Amino acid sequence: MDLRLEVSERGEWSIVEVGGEVDVATAPRLREQLIALVNDQRYHLVVSLEAVDFIDSTGLGVLISGLKRVRTHGGRFSLVCTEPRILKVFEITGLLAVFNVCETIEAAIAPEDEDEALADEVAQ
Amino acid sequence: MIEGAAAAGDVVELELPARPEVVSVARLIIGALVAADPLFDEERSADLRLAVSEACTNAIQAEMAGNRKESLGPDAEPIVMRCVLADGQIEVAITDHGGGFDPTVLEAHPDVTSPDRLNYEGGLGIPLIKMLADHLEFRPTGDGTTVVMRFEPRTPGIRPVIGGVNGSGPAPGGG
Repeated sequence: MDLRLEVSERGEWSIVEVGGEVDVATAPRLREQLIALVNDQRYHLVVSLEAVDFIDSTGLGVLISGLKRVRTHGGRFSLVCTEPRILKVFEITGLLAVFNVCETIEAAIAPEDEDEALADEVAQ
Repeated sequence: MIEGAAAAGDVVELELPARPEVVSVARLIIGALVAADPLFDEERSADLRLAVSEACTNAIQAEMAGNRKESLGPDAEPIVMRCVLADGQIEVAITDHGGGFDPTVLEAHPDVTSPDRLNYEGGLGIPLIKMLADHLEFRPTGDGTTVVMRFEPRTPGIRPVIGGVNGSGPAPGGG
């Protein structure tokens, strides 16, 4: 099984839509893609796993390194995932507590703490 | 379809070249074997595919490390995957020739939620197998390691709880 990668841009965000299987054979391509984006100074990344059929710890490792890489530049890193079989891998490794996992790309790129920001404005 | 074949103890043994591309082949094989056993549902089948993927990845990486090469040549030793279906269980043993491995070194990694954990990309594979398999054992061989994993079917709706009371028995008739 192959890995599919599609990259698009929405303002400051780069969206990486991943499809297929992410394992020791295919994860290096995802790693290279994430490194290339950061090298292009794209520090706000969304990785959508909605079309992923399989991911193992090698794939999780690449996502961890992506998260670390954007954080060193003050960037943000979010995942989009709703498939229970894929979410289970994050759940049993404890990584649901590490990643910001959203249901949609729109939710992932929404401003952080929008309600709080609005409340602050009203308060002033 | 041969009825009762699994109860008699089916054995499938394969030699696979120690290359990253064969991990998906190993997953396909275990998925097909599990699909023939009605005791194992789709979720448990996914558990087996994941555990086999982790064990084969470790075996291949052990051989790469043992050979000090990024990619192995055609004369590299294959990894061996042996599956036994018997007594309603599936046992999968993966053998490498990577020169041996010490599973206790993995304990050195920080907790997954610790900020320091981001410094480690690896080290999640064996904890994952521990969560998925009902039994996990590392047997040193002369020049490598055999990882033995045993899987039982899961009763739908009942998940194992670490350190919890076994709740898989029949429910008492009211009270």
